[in-house]
Amino acid sequence: MQNINLIVSRYRPTNQFQILRRYKSSFISTLLGLATLIVVTPLFLVLFFLIKEGASSLNLDFFTHVPKPTGELGGGMANAILGSITLMGIACILGVPVGVLGGVYLSEYGNTKVNYWIRFFADILNGVPSIVWGMVVYSILVVPFKTFSAYAGGIALGLIMIPLIIRNTEEVLVLVPQSFREAGLALGIPRWRIVFSIILKTATKGIVTGILVAIARISGETAPLLFTAFGNSFWNHNLAQPIAALPLQIYAYAISPYEDLHHQAWAGALVLMLLILTLNIIVRFLSRDVARNSSYERN
Amino acid sequence: MNVIESLISMDAKSLNVKNNVKTKLPVFEIRNFKLWYNTFQALNDVSIDISANLVTAIIGPSGCGKSSFIRSLNRMHEVNPGTRMDGSIKLFGEDIFSNKIEAAYIRRRVGMVFQKSNPFPTMSIAENVLVGLRLNGITKKAILKQRLEESLRLAALWDEVKDFLDRPGVSLSGGQQQRLCIARALAVQPEVLLMDEPCSSLDPIATMKIEELIQTLRDKISIVIVTHNMQQAARCSDRTAFFYMGRLIEYSDTRTIFTHPLNPQTEQYVSGRFG
Repeated sequence: MQNINLIVSRYRPTNQFQILRRYKSSFISTLLGLATLIVVTPLFLVLFFLIKEGASSLNLDFFTHVPKPTGELGGGMANAILGSITLMGIACILGVPVGVLGGVYLSEYGNTKVNYWIRFFADILNGVPSIVWGMVVYSILVVPFKTFSAYAGGIALGLIMIPLIIRNTEEVLVLVPQSFREAGLALGIPRWRIVFSIILKTATKGIVTGILVAIARISGETAPLLFTAFGNSFWNHNLAQPIAALPLQIYAYAISPYEDLHHQAWAGALVLMLLILTLNIIVRFLSRDVARNSSYERN
Repeated sequence: MNVIESLISMDAKSLNVKNNVKTKLPVFEIRNFKLWYNTFQALNDVSIDISANLVTAIIGPSGCGKSSFIRSLNRMHEVNPGTRMDGSIKLFGEDIFSNKIEAAYIRRRVGMVFQKSNPFPTMSIAENVLVGLRLNGITKKAILKQRLEESLRLAALWDEVKDFLDRPGVSLSGGQQQRLCIARALAVQPEVLLMDEPCSSLDPIATMKIEELIQTLRDKISIVIVTHNMQQAARCSDRTAFFYMGRLIEYSDTRTIFTHPLNPQTEQYVSGRFG
């Protein structure tokens, strides 16, 4: 015991050294604090501007009316809000099953070599600029059918979702401990039932989180919709026809020469931003539970 | 009881097998069994008969192949990629590696309990016990209800959990979770129960309960238990096999292994001189 004390006291730093160290420490923490501030500032700036410019145009009309003819004041973006929801719905119908099943394949089936290439392609697809997706869908769906449509817009968004969901689903499924698969196999349960009734169920929250993140990502996409969904100033209930979408409407209004439309564009942006913010808050809420559950292996 | 049993029996074959038990045919006949993980040979030329309705303990130092061996008995070794095997294992005279036989069929007949308790976290106590039956297509409420109580009673857990079967399986204590896993394995009515170091993560009292449980189960089912705890093997097994470096060194009555081992390596191991 005495020996240990001796060693410690021998290495006790000098006062000078301690002061230098304290300066270094506070310098680094200041640097980190500044970096954090720079990261967070734009978010508050964006929110501040959107509220300042857009809140005045947010009224009941905005949510219940379609745009007025050019030159008339008033009107709203009801058709664009519903249009955006429709497009997201179509995107989910395509993106969620393909993405989740692809993720299941990567995590539960497949072999190392094939999986390597699938992952590689999914990562490349993730990096494809969204306007390229718009062009691809334009050439394979819009040109042959000779019309812009909600289908084309939804499919373009869905294609963007697929690689995002595949990768996330795989990551969440890999986190499910191997011991659960073994427990299922040892009971003589067929492999596919283990995957769908036990593994997917265990990872549900993580998968749903990934889907919401993908929805948040596509909900603001404008480029792929420019020549697929195209936009529409009126109600459209025919999915084979051009449909309005919030980002498109914001884009159209923002480049118009009218003050009133500019305000509406701000309001539209505010609504879009709040929508994405809400999705992100739900994601945070769910993923907190995932973090808690990933201590799956208790004891 | 018998009616239900025949209802659940997956096919006529397993009924025949139940008769075999009475004639004391060995449960497993293992001949010249070898197992490789990629290039590493985990088991080398193991030949052994495991008798019905006895508790057989597998002992040996870490890495001697005892877990590999027990996992081969219900083809769980196939779960690891890169495994290769040679030799034969017969379950009541039936080759378990035959092309005509599915691994799932063998695993329904040969249940397994793992080192670490692994109840499914999304399921309640009752769902955990019944998952093997449900996912194998048995949905009759009356059968499920009866099997639930039966299995939990066999696993000596019924009295502790009967009032809150809807609580999550993972809310139980470590020892209870392990007994829940035993109940889950017993619910599909296997003919053999493999236990891979079932007590190694449990405290002495929970261990004692599992050992008592093994004693009550031995009349109903054949048990193979891997343990690195020699006292445990001595306490609760009828026969003991000693493995070392992937080989079966000695196999005989537990009493003989611990009092008059024939092989000097066995003697050194059981007397605690290496391992």
